[in-house]
Amino acid sequence: MLVFTFRRLNLFLFTMLVLTLLSFSLSFLFPGDAIINVSGAVNATPTQLLSIRAAYQSDENLFWQYIAYLQHIANGELGISMASQSQISTEILNLLPATIELSLVALVIAMFVGIPLGFIAAIKHNKPADNIILSVSMLGYSIPVFWLGLLAILTFSINFGWLPSAGQISLLFEIELITGIQFIDILLSDSPYKWQAFGDATAHIILPACVIAVAPATIFIRLARTSMIEVLGTSYIRAARSKGLTFQQIIFRHAIRNALIKIIRHVGLQFANLVTIAMVTEVIFSWPGIGRWLIESIYQRDYTAIQSGLLVLSCFIFVVHILTDFIYAALNPLARGKKHGS
Amino acid sequence: MNNIKLTLIVCLASLLTLGCSDESILSLSEHSVIYCAEGSPETFNPQLVTSGTTIDATSNQLYNRLITYHGKDNALTPALAKSWHVTRDGKKITFYLRKDVAFHQTDYFSATRFLNADDVVFSFNRILNPQHPFHRVSGGSYPFFQNIALSALVEQVEKINDYTIRFHLAHADNSFLANLATDYAIILSAEYGDQLVEQKLKANIDTHPIGTGPFKLKEYRVGSVIRFYRHEQYWQPPAQIEQLVFDITPSNTGRLTKLLAKECDISAYPIAHEKIKQREDLTLEAVTALNVGYFGFNVTKPPFNNKLVRQALSYAINKKVLLEAVYQGKAELANTVLPNSSWAYDKTLARQEFNPALAKSLLEVAGYSQGFSMDLWAMPVQRPYNPNAITMAKLIQSDLKNIGIKVKIVSYEWNTFLHRLKLGEHQSFLLGWSADHPDPDNFFSPMLSCSATHTGSNRTFWCNETYDDIIQKALQTTNISQRKKYYAQAMKLLAQELPLIPIAHSKRYQARVNSIKGDVLAPFGGISFYQISKTSLLGNKNQVNEVNQNNLLDPGED
Repeated sequence: MLVFTFRRLNLFLFTMLVLTLLSFSLSFLFPGDAIINVSGAVNATPTQLLSIRAAYQSDENLFWQYIAYLQHIANGELGISMASQSQISTEILNLLPATIELSLVALVIAMFVGIPLGFIAAIKHNKPADNIILSVSMLGYSIPVFWLGLLAILTFSINFGWLPSAGQISLLFEIELITGIQFIDILLSDSPYKWQAFGDATAHIILPACVIAVAPATIFIRLARTSMIEVLGTSYIRAARSKGLTFQQIIFRHAIRNALIKIIRHVGLQFANLVTIAMVTEVIFSWPGIGRWLIESIYQRDYTAIQSGLLVLSCFIFVVHILTDFIYAALNPLARGKKHGS
Repeated sequence: MNNIKLTLIVCLASLLTLGCSDESILSLSEHSVIYCAEGSPETFNPQLVTSGTTIDATSNQLYNRLITYHGKDNALTPALAKSWHVTRDGKKITFYLRKDVAFHQTDYFSATRFLNADDVVFSFNRILNPQHPFHRVSGGSYPFFQNIALSALVEQVEKINDYTIRFHLAHADNSFLANLATDYAIILSAEYGDQLVEQKLKANIDTHPIGTGPFKLKEYRVGSVIRFYRHEQYWQPPAQIEQLVFDITPSNTGRLTKLLAKECDISAYPIAHEKIKQREDLTLEAVTALNVGYFGFNVTKPPFNNKLVRQALSYAINKKVLLEAVYQGKAELANTVLPNSSWAYDKTLARQEFNPALAKSLLEVAGYSQGFSMDLWAMPVQRPYNPNAITMAKLIQSDLKNIGIKVKIVSYEWNTFLHRLKLGEHQSFLLGWSADHPDPDNFFSPMLSCSATHTGSNRTFWCNETYDDIIQKALQTTNISQRKKYYAQAMKLLAQELPLIPIAHSKRYQARVNSIKGDVLAPFGGISFYQISKTSLLGNKNQVNEVNQNNLLDPGED
C-alpha cells in the first residue's frame, strides 16, 4: 500500500507540474500582455504594475517566471478577475462547493438508479427486460444534456410548475455562506425558516441533478451489466450454484459485491465526465457553480479567470481520481500489486 | 458513502414535510417581492452613473431627493424639502427641509440624528467641490452633473440654518429644479461620511449605501442578488413589503422562464409578449417612455468625420423595417432625438426619408464610390430604447450592403461595451438615451453637448459650438416660445450634421404576476417599489390544499 500511495503521489506531482506549465503558457498564448493576463490587473497604475512585474519576476528568463508563478499558486494567489476585479481564489472557493454539491447529488442519483438497473439487466440477460433497459440507456446516453435540461425546465417548471427552474435556493431565504455547500449551510444557519429553506433547496437541486445524472447513469447501467454478466459466468458462482445456494443468496452474497468492485473504479472516471456535464447544466439552470462562472469568463474574455479556473478544476478532478483509486485499492487488494499505474 | 445516503434520506424526508409547513413559507413570500432585473448595478450611488440599470436598483429604493415629480403632468412636488422659493432673478433658490427624516439603520451605520442641512450640503458639495473629502472617491466622475455643467452653474450651496439651504446660481437656469428632481440628485448622510472618514473606509459610501429611501440595503452579491429590507422609520408611511429582492438575470429567456415558473414576481424587459398575455395569472404592462434609440457615429474616426457619409447612411437605412422587426411595431419612428410628445418638439421638422439611390450618390460625392467597410457596435443587452440591438445591427448590415458598405457587427459584455465606447474605440454604435426628467434639455445637453464628450456620455464625440450655444440660450430664457424656437434650431442643426441617426422612441415593458399591485414603472427615470403590495395568496392556497386532500381520500373510501 505504501508503494502504491507513493506512486500515486508521484503521478499527482508530475501531472500538476504539467498542468501548471500548461496554464502558465496560456498567459503567453492569450492576446495581450502576459503579466496582465496572469495577474488580471487591467486597471493597475504604472507603479502597481511595476510591483506586480517584480512579484512575477517578468524580467528574468522563462524558468524563473515559471517558478514565481508556482510560488503564487502555492500561496493561493490566482490573480484577480479581469471582469469583476475580485480575488479569483475567493471566487473559486465560493463557487466550487456548489459544483461539488450538485455533482455529488447527481453521482448518487446516477449510481442508485444505474447500478441496480444494470444488475437487473444482467440477471435477465437476453430477456425483454434486458433489451428494454439497454435501449433506454442508449436513448439516455444519446440525448444532449442542454436539450434535456431545457426540456426538463419546460415540462416540470413551466408547464406543471412543480419544480423551480433556476438557482440553488429561492432568493427569499437568506443563507449565510459558510462551507459553500448549501445543505450544510442551511443546517448551520439560525434562520427561523431553516426547514423551509432546506425543502426549497432540495426542490431546486432535483431537476439539475437528474439532468446531469442521466448520462452517467446509462454508463453505470452498462458497466454494472457487463461486470455482473462476467461475475455470473465465473467458476465460483458456478460452484456456489452447484452447492445448492438459492438464487438470492448467490446474487446478494457473492455476485453483487464482486461486481461492485469493478464499478467503483469507474466512478472516479465518471466523475470527471459528470463535472463536464455539470458545467453545461449549471448554465441552463443558473446554478451558481464554477462551470457557469468559467463559461461566463470565457464569454467575457477574462483570461485570468479562465487560466486559474481551468487549473483548479483539472486539479480537483485529478484529486477525485486519485481518491477513487485509493478507495478501489483499499477494497481490492489485487489492485495494489499492479506495477504500473493505469 | 453512508453520509451521502443519510443526506439523501434527509432530503427526501424534508421534501415530504414541505407540504405541511406551507404557511410560514407563505408568510415569508407574502411580504417579499422578487424582481428579475436585467443587469447588476455598477455602484449604489446614483450620483456616479447614468446607466438605467443602476438607477433602477438604487435611486428610488435607497434614496430621496429634495424635490420630486408627481402626477400625470409631472409637476414638481416637495420631497425631503417641504417647500422651496426662487428669487425673481432666478439666481437664488431656497429649500426648507422636513424635520422628521430618518436615515437607514444598518449593521454598518446607525444614525444619531435626523436629516438636516449638513446632509444636503455634503451631498451636493461632493459633486461640486474638488476639495471635498469624498469628491475623488469612486473615480470622481459625476457624469449627469458634468453633462449639465452643474459646477459652473452653482456658485455656492449655503446652509442658512439647520433646516434651510440656499443654492446660489451663476445665472438663471430653467432646468435646474428639474435636474434636482432627477434620480441622480440624491441626498447622502453627512454623519455616515464622517464615520467613514474616521474608519478610513471612504469607498464604502458608494458600496454600503445609507440613504433616506423606503428600502435599505441588506446584502449584495455581485452579479446575482441584491436584497433590500424595508426602512421602518421612513418619513412617509413605510413600504408594504418587508423584503425586496433583485434577482439579477441578464438572459432574456432566463427572466421569462423565471416569470413563468413564478420564481420572480416582476420581470424587467420581458420577451414573448404574446405568451405572457395568454397567461391569465400574468400581466404585461407598458409605459410610453421618454427615450430614443439611435445609430451613432464616432465623428472623430474616418469615414464618419465626413458629414456626407453620415447623411448617406441616414438615407440608406429603412427605419420602418427596423421598427417592425426590432420593436414589433411597439414604438414610434424617431425623427429627431426629442420624442414628439415633448412640448418642445418641432412639428415642422422635415421627415427623414428612405432613399438608397440618394445615399449612393452622396457616397460618391464624398469619395467613397467603391463603398467601404465599417464596424458597428451593437449592445448586448435589452434596453427600453432598443429591445434587440443585434437584430437591428443585422438589418442595418443588409441595408448598408445595398449601397456597397460592408458592416462588421461587434459586441461585448455590457459593462465592457460601455467602457470601450467611452474610450472611443468604436466606429459606429447602436445605443439610446432614456430621459431623467421631462425637460427637453435632457435630450440635448447630456447626449450631444461638448461637455458631454469629456464625460463620455456623448459617445459620438461630436462637438459643435453653435449647437452648444443654442442649447445654452434655451436654458437661460424663461420665455417658452423663445425656448421652443431655440430647440427647433438645435433639431435642425442635428438633422444636417447627423452625429447620430435617431431610430425609435419605444415603450418600456414589464411583466408581473397578478398578485402584485401598485405602480413600478415611470415614464422617465428609474423604477420604484415603494407603492408595491402583494395580495394574500393564503386563502386560495388553502383551497387548493383541501382539494388535494379530498382527492387523496377518495380512493381510500372506494
